[in-house]
Amino acid sequence: MSLSVADLSFSYGARQALDAVTFDIAPGRFCALLGPNGAGKSTLFGLLTRLFTTAGGRIAVAGHDLDTAPRRALGAMGIVFQQTTLDLDLTVRQNLRYFAALHGISGREADTRIDAALDRLDMRARAGERARALNGGHRRRAEIARALVHRPRTLLLDEPTVGLDAASRSAITDHVHDLCGDGLTVLWATHLTDEVRADDHLLILHQGRILRDGRAAEITAGSNLSDTFLTLTRVAA
Amino acid sequence: MSWLTAFRAIVAREALRFVHQRERFLAALVRPLVWLLVFAAGFRAALGLSIIPPYQTYITYETYIVPGLCGMILLFNGMQSALSLVYDREMGSMRLLLTAPLPRWWLLLSKLAGATAISILQVYAFLAIAALFGITVPGWGYVTVLPALALAGLMLGALGLALSSFIRQLENFAGVMNFVIFPMFFLSSALYPLWKMAESSELLHDICAVNPFTHAVELIRFALYLRLEPWALLWVTLATLAFGALAIWGYDPARGLIRKRA
Repeated sequence: MSLSVADLSFSYGARQALDAVTFDIAPGRFCALLGPNGAGKSTLFGLLTRLFTTAGGRIAVAGHDLDTAPRRALGAMGIVFQQTTLDLDLTVRQNLRYFAALHGISGREADTRIDAALDRLDMRARAGERARALNGGHRRRAEIARALVHRPRTLLLDEPTVGLDAASRSAITDHVHDLCGDGLTVLWATHLTDEVRADDHLLILHQGRILRDGRAAEITAGSNLSDTFLTLTRVAA
Repeated sequence: MSWLTAFRAIVAREALRFVHQRERFLAALVRPLVWLLVFAAGFRAALGLSIIPPYQTYITYETYIVPGLCGMILLFNGMQSALSLVYDREMGSMRLLLTAPLPRWWLLLSKLAGATAISILQVYAFLAIAALFGITVPGWGYVTVLPALALAGLMLGALGLALSSFIRQLENFAGVMNFVIFPMFFLSSALYPLWKMAESSELLHDICAVNPFTHAVELIRFALYLRLEPWALLWVTLATLAFGALAIWGYDPARGLIRKRA
């Protein structure tokens, strides 16, 4: 499995944010983590990226345990955070070079990989522009390109389309779906049902628990995903 | 190799950020220069100084406070660095660093080294301007002070790093200014020798004597005059290790520093 989460629990004091969350994502799959605001998506994201840790549960990325082999696990994942993490005073290329160096990649090798990553996101022409000059959609693409520079096995994106217009949202969703064709595993956290496709692996998270885990088309059973999602989360509430 | 690549990148980014913030450079220089050229001029008449090590003759008050003002630059830069860390954490860019596949202590050390290197550049700029006004130290002193500046800079940077891990919001930073920077600076030997402080209050003297900043200033003072003060070196080294350990603990993922905003 590319990403394996077993029995993951986490609480903020007395408030349980995640309750025995368990799922596996197969290599090359696009997995949508769908949940309303406050479902626990960002907490799960924080644990998956090791911004903080918990004693309850286990996370493995490309077979590397995040707790016992954190460097290997982190090296195997690309991350796009909800908030932009670009240095706005640097150009797109400088931002990607900085990131590549954090992963031990420098010089010509870094430039080759950066060009390839920018090409994948149609951002090569913007490489010399300062991040500050980019619109929201292009900043997001630059961040996704950056997350691919070290050739991760798994790409995690935390609500990457927040604040973008419909056209940019659609373009970014398409781009990331296309990446799965190259064997990349994607975990896409969102609260927007229209970003999920019928063939996607779908996880519905609500109040810290996984309500559904399977192919989106099978979970909806022919009905509209929005209706299914609302019904499930209302019942669970 | 990958550790060194990351180290170089983090230090270079700190330098680039500094280049983009020229106002910060000017502010960092104006503050000690005002103290040197205005405050010291007024104090010169009021404060008599006896011959104390490392000085071998009577010195002007301006000469006395130069090491303290070097320390002031390092102190304020350490806190400025902490402020930018809190800002980075709130804005999210700190996450990029903390999710790099390297040990956190190494990432923090790299950041600390970058910030210290910038501080040292500012100290040398200050010493150059002071020399233009005729306030000089022995020629080799400008070389021998370098390791002292590096160690003192690391100590104060590590303190800033540790503080930044405990400050949850940017708004709380003003409190740090009031409760850390000012007591550290004024309760030290930066502006007046400890024996002078003892004349007015034994208690204040004792507080100054345990203040790590006092020892950082004395380490710099002696190094500027080509001498090593072993006691100050020991104090500053121990304080650097203690603040560094506190910072590493503060940024430990198990402590969940970023969890509230994740």
